[in-house]
Amino acid sequence: MTEILQLNLLSPITLSFALGVLARTVRSEFSLPRDIYAGLGIYRLFALGLKGGGELAKVPMATILLPVAATLLLGCIRPLTSYVVLRRWAGFSTADSAGIAAHYGSVSAVTFIAALAFLDGMGQRVEGYLPTLLALLESPGIHIALALGALKRSGPAQPMGQVLHEVLTGRTMVLLVGGLVVGYVMAPGTWEQVQPFYEGGIFKGALCLFLLEMGVVAGDRLSDLKRTGLTLLAFGVGMALVHGALGVAVGLWAGMSVGGATVLGAMSASASYIAAPPAVRMTLPEANPTLSLTASLAITFPFNIIVGIPIYYQIAQWLS
Amino acid sequence: MNTHQLVLVTLVVEEVLEERVTQELMEMGASGFTVCDSRGRGSRGLRTGNIPGQGVRVEALVSPEVADVVFRHAESAWFPHYAVVAWRSAVEVVRGDKYVESRERE
Repeated sequence: MTEILQLNLLSPITLSFALGVLARTVRSEFSLPRDIYAGLGIYRLFALGLKGGGELAKVPMATILLPVAATLLLGCIRPLTSYVVLRRWAGFSTADSAGIAAHYGSVSAVTFIAALAFLDGMGQRVEGYLPTLLALLESPGIHIALALGALKRSGPAQPMGQVLHEVLTGRTMVLLVGGLVVGYVMAPGTWEQVQPFYEGGIFKGALCLFLLEMGVVAGDRLSDLKRTGLTLLAFGVGMALVHGALGVAVGLWAGMSVGGATVLGAMSASASYIAAPPAVRMTLPEANPTLSLTASLAITFPFNIIVGIPIYYQIAQWLS
Repeated sequence: MNTHQLVLVTLVVEEVLEERVTQELMEMGASGFTVCDSRGRGSRGLRTGNIPGQGVRVEALVSPEVADVVFRHAESAWFPHYAVVAWRSAVEVVRGDKYVESRERE
């Protein structure tokens, strides 16, 4: 286990993230230009979609039925467990609980890619259809948590229909789902023409730059940790471990490989920081965004990419 | 040169609010608006900055009556939960009749 942890800690992805955090800690003025960060995000999602779509075309539909069901199950359970823990045990308000639960009901695509890169380093095979599961896990959790919060809130808010439209037509969905469709229908042999740009060294190199900026963003929030307190820290780590183990178990039950179940575990353990924040801000404006973003970006995300993923891998090996 | 006395309403709002605010401005009688990105810091600066993305500055040339409606709406619908800064200035506008709805001109 120590060796695996060390391998993960010393990967360029984790180290780039650490450098970003360090840059912010020493108050460096460095940050990636906003448009480049946005551009890398677009590239990353479209690449995932294209590759996943191509792989999806190669597998019989029957193979992915159970993994799809497992993913949807995780999408429904995770916002509820998060909400109950936050509201009943941690004592957060209804709006704050629902707001944070919306983040933990969704998924972080970067954690997903970090898990793929980790397994690649371990020489583990993973199922090619995994990006499809990533797309499926993104939105149900957000809506379930927002519905929970909206049930108990008073005053006018943005209609849920509008929020649904914005989440379903957001950047992630268009690029990832759109990429999946393009990848699925593209003519045989055509993927190879664009593959060098979307897969392999270029993809991983670009990911390092993205993680560098994520480190800066997370580093920005470290000071918020003092204000948000230990309860949130315990929630961010504890929920990741519980959801991670659940994801691995459900993945193995659905017949996925050790690698595939590890990735599903990492997805399940992750929390959104791109799709969920605007949706929560519009629907539950009284929820404090500092809590949800600090939990997902400054606690759960670093925890997962530094130690979480190797732990889920270990759990998958024990359970298989 | 022939100019009109109008009111320039300026709103600095969180980026997530842009679509809602501009849509509601039009519904309240503005004939158009201008949006640009903005950065800054204020009493709720930290809170606003929590959402990835910057603030936006929305400006509209309207009649004094419409400006009143916009401010009343801002007070009840936007101020309680969002970081919004709103102010108005008296301005002289060339071709000002373009910015006042026909029903107000009559």
